[in-house]
Amino acid sequence: MVVKAAPDADTQEQNLVKRIQNGEPDKFYELVKPYERRVYTAAFAILRNAADAEEVAQEAILKAFANLRQFRAESKFSTWLIQIAVNEARMRRRKEHAEIMEPIGERQEEDGTYAPREFADWREIPSEALERSEVRELLLESLASLGSKYREVFVLRDIQHLSIEEVADALGISRASVKTRLLRARLMLRDLLAPRVAGGWFSRPFEKGNKPWQ
Amino acid sequence: MAVMQCEQVWEQISDYIDGDVDAGLRVTLDEHIRGCQRCTSVLNGTRNVLALYGDERLFKVPMGYSWRMQRRIASDVQVRRRTVIGWLVATAAVALVSGSVVLASRMGTAESTKSAMAKLGRVPADLEVVVTDHGKLFHVKECPFVRQTDHPRPATAAQAEAEGYVPCVRCLGQYVGELAARLVNQKIFASFLASR
Repeated sequence: MVVKAAPDADTQEQNLVKRIQNGEPDKFYELVKPYERRVYTAAFAILRNAADAEEVAQEAILKAFANLRQFRAESKFSTWLIQIAVNEARMRRRKEHAEIMEPIGERQEEDGTYAPREFADWREIPSEALERSEVRELLLESLASLGSKYREVFVLRDIQHLSIEEVADALGISRASVKTRLLRARLMLRDLLAPRVAGGWFSRPFEKGNKPWQ
Repeated sequence: MAVMQCEQVWEQISDYIDGDVDAGLRVTLDEHIRGCQRCTSVLNGTRNVLALYGDERLFKVPMGYSWRMQRRIASDVQVRRRTVIGWLVATAAVALVSGSVVLASRMGTAESTKSAMAKLGRVPADLEVVVTDHGKLFHVKECPFVRQTDHPRPATAAQAEAEGYVPCVRCLGQYVGELAARLVNQKIFASFLASR
């Protein structure tokens, strides 16, 4: 799922950055367009609210525009942009005390081992499953129920496909912490989803009475 | 080969999926998982989690998101442009004002700005003007910049100048030299800077 940009695409991007830095601000949208969706996703995964996520995504992109001179070509523009979005979203969350409920795993010790609870036979899920809004809702709901420190790591690594180092940089935590949180986030999500999957409803057409959310 | 407990496998499952385990450990893990239903379930499930969440169809952006983003950026670019122009104008104004001051001092006006302006102004001495006690300028009676609440009193231009008043560039601009206008602008600009 990792989309690797072609080498010339990187060079093109760097040229675009230079042109904007040298007084062609109109080119900025062209620069951020490939990443605007990822910026939204990062904000949404942290804030769990579409309206807030869009606002934060806009703020983050404008912030990147205002600070483009500080961007150094040795790092990837997309990573830099996502970092800004993550910081903006975290600031917004802190401001609004968005942690209304106690999310799963928030109180668990990070260093302790997380033992999976569910051992249902969970085979491959057809990719069409994601076309169903109920499936998407379940996935988003499960993700939203994770504690923010797990959710953030999971989002950056497994949804945004950043490397362990990039996640560590973006969140200002150690590489080891990223790995520990990531393991736990993945296992927790698996446990959250497994009971719904055990009946095999991902592969079965939904009919009245067998909808997984009922 | 070392026997591995399920708990140890779970600890490694994330790195195992990411291909971040050394060859020896991988063989041990493979071996265990192959013969362990629970660990197979954990591995398959975790892989499914990654496949589902890694799919970009999961997150739908709101309708019109791109359009709104583009519009917001465009308006921000415009604001920045205006700010840049604003600063260019301000810089030009500073240059103009400092030029005027240099010019004024070269003309040998050792007196204050006020008297420099009074000298430069060529308002007819007998012109009927008004002054206010709190103001520093004299105006024609109809000047919109005279506040009636300041109780303007009549005087001739000569009397007003004698009292230290200087001509208002907005109503007496036709009589006041360009340099005087600049000096007034300098004052306005200075007070503008002070207010920021």
